Amino acid sequence: MASERPGVIRTRGLTKAYGSVTAVDGLDLDVREGDVYGFLGANGSGKTTTVRMLLGLVLATSGRAELLGEEMPKAARHVLPQVGAMVEGPAAYDHLSGRRNLALVDASGPGGPRSTRKARIGETLERVGLGRVDDRPVGNYSLGMRQRLGLASALLRRPRLLVLDEPTNGLDPQGIHEIRELLLELNREGTTVFLSSHLLAEIEQLCTRVGVLARGRLVVQAPLAELRGPTGRVAVHTPDVDLGRSLLDGTLEQVVHDDDGPRLLVREADPAALNARLVAAGVRVTALVPERRHLEDVVLAATEHSVGGAEVRS
Amino acid sequence: MTGALIRVELSKLVRSRRTWVTIALIDALPTLVALLLAWTDLGPRPGTGPAFLSAVLTDGTLFPLAALAIVLPLFLPIAVAITAGEAVAGEAQQGTLRYLLVRPVGRTRLLVAKLVAVMAFVVLTVLVVAVTAYVLGVLLLGNETVTATGPATSVSGSSMSTAELLGRTALALGYAMLCMLCVAAIALFFSTVADSPLGAALGTLAILVASTLLITLDAANAVQPYLPTRYWLAFVDLFRDPILWRDVVRGVVLQGVYVVVFLGAGWANFTTKDVTD
Repeated sequence: MASERPGVIRTRGLTKAYGSVTAVDGLDLDVREGDVYGFLGANGSGKTTTVRMLLGLVLATSGRAELLGEEMPKAARHVLPQVGAMVEGPAAYDHLSGRRNLALVDASGPGGPRSTRKARIGETLERVGLGRVDDRPVGNYSLGMRQRLGLASALLRRPRLLVLDEPTNGLDPQGIHEIRELLLELNREGTTVFLSSHLLAEIEQLCTRVGVLARGRLVVQAPLAELRGPTGRVAVHTPDVDLGRSLLDGTLEQVVHDDDGPRLLVREADPAALNARLVAAGVRVTALVPERRHLEDVVLAATEHSVGGAEVRS
Repeated sequence: MTGALIRVELSKLVRSRRTWVTIALIDALPTLVALLLAWTDLGPRPGTGPAFLSAVLTDGTLFPLAALAIVLPLFLPIAVAITAGEAVAGEAQQGTLRYLLVRPVGRTRLLVAKLVAVMAFVVLTVLVVAVTAYVLGVLLLGNETVTATGPATSVSGSSMSTAELLGRTALALGYAMLCMLCVAAIALFFSTVADSPLGAALGTLAILVASTLLITLDAANAVQPYLPTRYWLAFVDLFRDPILWRDVVRGVVLQGVYVVVFLGAGWANFTTKDVTD
């Protein structure tokens, strides 16, 4: 199903080496139209270098990158007007107002018609929550306001693809919530979003597909739902721990006593049958929850595996 | 599209407070000279001091020429080095370079637009200095309007008509612009190499200072014809009678070579470099 949608970002063996250090190593990214793609990795894992290569700022050592079906950086002049980007934090001319900044950047390149400029700037500022911003220079903005202005600059030409590097950096919880809602709204309207972040929670709340980068290598790339699939274990909350233990001998993996009360972790594919068996034997069940994987565990497992591998290699 | 980009760069230039502060500082020196001359009535003897300065006590309308001769050898090159050094490195330092490039603005186009803006800055500065100097000259200095009643005097002592004077002034300004284009090309190259605009400006100034110093050194005779500032003052020869073309022509060729080499190097570096600021 996913493979029927056209590819929006596609890289093959994308590699960047600085001398003997390989910052990005043979990346095969696959982002499809309509995705909210979470690009997850620790600081220094090569996320920003990858984003810069996608946008033609950094030139790849080897491999290919396609954006919206066209080869980058060769087709930059045609592709990039349809892409909104935020790379490593916002930047602006501090002595000019927010509106003036947006107008200057819009006028610098193709695909931003002058006739609609003023209207687009007004609408976009409204959208990112800077609607009532006055003519004071950007130098006086707070970090959160700068972040919103950077987002406005990315949205100004209603791009088909948004490439955002840590977009909620510097925002308060209310601001983070607003930006998240805005991104989801844009995605519903058809914008593909590529979100790079080191914040697991942000990716987990927003994204439909996840790619995990560790030491320049893509160690996981899958739909979020798949990554967070059932583990095949069921947590049985019960006060009758001993009775349960004797009954479930063989499939019982662990007994946990913590703040959530005592529970048994049971390897069992059919929670309904398990429940019937327990109740029939007189075990009181207060809750029965099929266990799902946490994104954090998946990421840590994949990352550790790759790091271990790297150490073995070197 | 490059036209739109040039308009953007010009708009950045005139909206920057630094542009006007720099021009005001440059303009302050000839203004001070005019005030001192008017106050003391002590002009340099003919043939000494900055070119044309000895004539302005008689004819104040010649003061724009004297003012430009004061500003061109030192103040203007410094201002050009700072402005052109800022061009790429300044955008990189404040983070706006990456947003221009992903807008997208082609790297070659950006360099062209930046160079045009720097030269616009030179023209603007020359205009401000010339106009200020004309007003000061008429108001404060000699009002025996030599050019209206009789011909002006060339550097060689013979006389020149107003039309001839204007023609030669235009040539001299064109020559000075070429010298400043050379400074701009060097600074633009450093601007694509250096991490900071200050570094780019200082690199350029180092070259200019070294060149000026070597010109005075007999031991450096062999390299002197190739130093970038060697023929900068040759514009004075345009006011001799007859015009002494030799140094002017050599200067044009030399500056041309510097412009081509440094613009080429800057272009080659910038269009192939990883932008990681």
